[in-house]
Amino acid sequence: MRQLLTPSDLPLDARVLLDRTAIDAVLTHLAAEIQAIAWPRDVELTASERPKPWLCGIQRGGVALARELAEVIQRDFGWTPELGAIDVTLYRDDTWLKGPRAVEGVTRLPGDVNGQRVLLVDDVLFTGRTIRAALNVLMDFGRPEAVRLLVLADRGGRELPVAPDLQGTLLDVARTESVELCVDSQNRLLSVIVRPKNP
Amino acid sequence: MLPQVEPGQTPGTDSLPQAPQEPLRHLLGLEHLSADQIVNILDLAAHMKAVNSRRIKKLPTLRGVTVLTFFVENSTRTRMSFELAAKRLSADTMSFTASSSSLAKGETLIDTARNLEAMGPDIVIIRHSCSGAPALLARTVNCGIVNAGDGSHEHPTQGLLDIFTLRERLGDLRGKKVAIIGDIAHSRVARSNIFGLQKLGADVHVAGPATMLPHAIEELGCTAWPRVEPAMEGADAVMMLRIQRERQGNDLIPSSHEYHRFFGLDEKRLKLAKPGALVMHPGPMNRGVEIAPEVADGDQSVILQQVENGVAVRMAVLYLVAASRGLEPQG
Repeated sequence: MRQLLTPSDLPLDARVLLDRTAIDAVLTHLAAEIQAIAWPRDVELTASERPKPWLCGIQRGGVALARELAEVIQRDFGWTPELGAIDVTLYRDDTWLKGPRAVEGVTRLPGDVNGQRVLLVDDVLFTGRTIRAALNVLMDFGRPEAVRLLVLADRGGRELPVAPDLQGTLLDVARTESVELCVDSQNRLLSVIVRPKNP
Repeated sequence: MLPQVEPGQTPGTDSLPQAPQEPLRHLLGLEHLSADQIVNILDLAAHMKAVNSRRIKKLPTLRGVTVLTFFVENSTRTRMSFELAAKRLSADTMSFTASSSSLAKGETLIDTARNLEAMGPDIVIIRHSCSGAPALLARTVNCGIVNAGDGSHEHPTQGLLDIFTLRERLGDLRGKKVAIIGDIAHSRVARSNIFGLQKLGADVHVAGPATMLPHAIEELGCTAWPRVEPAMEGADAVMMLRIQRERQGNDLIPSSHEYHRFFGLDEKRLKLAKPGALVMHPGPMNRGVEIAPEVADGDQSVILQQVENGVAVRMAVLYLVAASRGLEPQG
């Protein structure tokens, strides 16, 4: 549910936390970790029987991130993960506090979710409420075999018992600051920035 | 009930200023909505439509919200469409019909509405034979009011679903010619479509027998014709309307047969419109009167898609009205 900024609307008071070089290093590292995830039924299945996980990005930053991760996996490990997108707008728990919002993007899964391994992908993990909502979206499509959570950055501040399985980096930012993604016209990540929250 | 959140105010933690929707506390008609508001509703409806093709056709969004359908005039598809929309969003629904109600025993509309309000519905969907009844309720009771058709005034969700269907097929409506043909004087569907379509830039032409064309209809911005041919010519879509006999004092046409000959849509007349022009009807239709069966069931007809889209559009409206009121879910 994060706004994606373009370089032209980057605020003056923004501080860069990760630039593209750092993001590249994190993506390479995360792709290797995705290869190494232990899934619950791995012991029962031979390597060729184990379903490859879907990468399901949470709109909108997570979707951009999942696409880039898939490219790195293709480059380094020679397979292309199937991509999904999840929008949590209609599953949020603050609709009654904040009023109606526009839906950010589509919810689209690459196939039947039953029995699938799903890697949820989000940009920045904060309160955990978005992840709770995303899990409910997923369950409304069926019963995945297992779900894991990957985030590019964990900034702490959890309000729900949610923990990432894979995280790119930890961020030390105050609650009064907001972390945002800067992307180019193709929605490729350029940087992760932090700035004071709007008054 | 929590205080309403003002537009532009984005309290809380996780998110940045992400375009909050302009609140929609009631939906009384399309006349007072902006083009942006209409487009927002339709964009949201497109997401709702995707939910309707899932295996589990259910969203948790309106859990704990109570929706009351208050129909003081007959309806089948509109009421069912609203009830289905509410259920797909996990709202609780109650229904109230005039024939079985205290209105038949002499209670006034406002007294009935106050009693219903005391049961705590969050949204009241009203259909009434008097134009303006939903606006009266909106001033009287503390609920979100959605107009499901008031007299000859407006039927905004029908207008929205018609526009949704048109946009789905034709894309941008700017410069598209839409012909609305039939009993314009008594049609709330015509009025909602005239308002809504013109806001999105469509060129609206209406036609019907002179007795069914209000003389000042062109003041709404559309072009009126007492014959069907000039309205149909080159049209991208043709919307046929039923003759609303229940709203007419005297017979306004000599016979249904004659009406069909001069104003009915048959295959020959449809050729006046653009090739592939869409054929629409809000229902209920009278086959052989305003529309010939072979056209109603033909390739160009989107009549059943209109009904399907109605559920998605009503889901979008219910979400916006409920969320705009800052309702507190009761679990």
